[in-house]
Amino acid sequence: MPFKRYVEIGRVALVNYGKDYGKLVVIVDVVDQNRALVDAPDMVRGQMNFKRLTLTDITIDIPRVPKKKTLIEAMEKDDVKTKWENSSWGRKLIVQKRRASLNDFDRFKLMLAKIKRAGVVRQELAKLKKENSS
Amino acid sequence: MAAKRKTPVKSRNPDLIRGVGKYSRSKMYHKRGLWAIKAKHGGVFPRHDPQPKAPSAAEKPSKFYPADDVKKPLLNKRKPKPTKLRASITPGTVLILLAGRFMGKRVVFLKQLPSGLLLVTGPFKINGVPLRRVNQSYVIATSTKVDISGVNLEKFDDKYFAKEVEKKKKKGEGEFFEAEKEDKKKLPEDKKEDQKAVDTSLIKSIEGVPDLKAYLAARFSLKSGMKPHELAF
Repeated sequence: MPFKRYVEIGRVALVNYGKDYGKLVVIVDVVDQNRALVDAPDMVRGQMNFKRLTLTDITIDIPRVPKKKTLIEAMEKDDVKTKWENSSWGRKLIVQKRRASLNDFDRFKLMLAKIKRAGVVRQELAKLKKENSS
Repeated sequence: MAAKRKTPVKSRNPDLIRGVGKYSRSKMYHKRGLWAIKAKHGGVFPRHDPQPKAPSAAEKPSKFYPADDVKKPLLNKRKPKPTKLRASITPGTVLILLAGRFMGKRVVFLKQLPSGLLLVTGPFKINGVPLRRVNQSYVIATSTKVDISGVNLEKFDDKYFAKEVEKKKKKGEGEFFEAEKEDKKKLPEDKKEDQKAVDTSLIKSIEGVPDLKAYLAARFSLKSGMKPHELAF
C-alpha cells in the first residue's frame, strides 16, 4: 500500500490539534523531519508539527514560502474552498458542525421530521410489498 | 444655617495627591469669594448667633439600672436584592424545568419576582403547568423565545403565591370525622381567571410559530448519546 498524499509545498492540510483546530492550512515549507512551515489566509505564518496535520487531497501551485498575497491568489485560482466543501470529508465536517450547534427546539423539529420521513418510507415499502405478494 | 445651594458644590480645591490640595490658603480665600462677603458686610465677616434651642423635657431618673452591661447587636441596614438573573433568561424565554412535579416540562418565563424566583407558566392548556414560581438554579434556559408583549404581569408578586392561612378549629370528637371529609382544597375561581388571562395572548403568539405548541407540550429527556456539556440549548 503506497502512500497517496505526500507532504509537499502547496499541500493543503487540516489541523487536528491545538489552537487552530479544524482550520485548513497550506504547507509552505518544510523545516525539518518533523515540522512544516504552514500558512493560511487568516492566520500568521508559523511552524507546526506534522503530527498536528492531516493531509488532504488538495494541492495548490505555489513557490516556496510565497507572499501572503500570492498565497491567497493561488488559493482562489485553485478553488480550495469549493473543492473542500464539495469533498465528502468536507461535507461531513460541515454536517457535524451543524448538528453540534442545534438548538433544543431544532432537535425537536428534527425528531418530528425523522418520524415523518420514516412514516413515508414505511408506507412506500408496504405498497411495494403488497404489489410483490399479489 | 446659611442658605443651601440647589446642588452642593464639589470642592474647589482639587487634590494633587491625597492630603495635599492644589491651592494655598490665600488662593482659596480668593476663590471662595470670602473677600466679597466681607465687603458686603462692611469689612466684617457676618456672624449668626446660635438659634435658641427648644427647651427639652426634664428626664426622670430611671428606677432600674441593670447590673451588667448588655451588648447591643450591630446595626444591619442591608437590603437584599433579588437574585442576579442569568443573561440567557429574558421575558419570553422557553425554560426546561429540572426538578419537582413538572420535571422535564418546557415552560415560558414571564418575569422575575422581587424574591428572586422566576414566574413561569406552561401555558396551562398546552402542558398543564400553571402560573408558578421556580428557582433559577433548577432551570435550563433555551435560546427559544416567545413573544410576550401582550401579557399584563403587574398583579403577580410573591404575596399572590402565599399559602392560605387556615382558621384553627377547636378539637372535639365530632370534628375529626368532618375534617376527613373536606381533604381536597378547591382552587379559587379568580386564580383560574388569572391563568386564562395570561395564557390567551401567549397561546396566540405560540401558535404563530410552527411546531412550537407541540414542542412545549413534550417533555425533555436525555436520550442515549446526548452529552449535556456538549449540547447547545
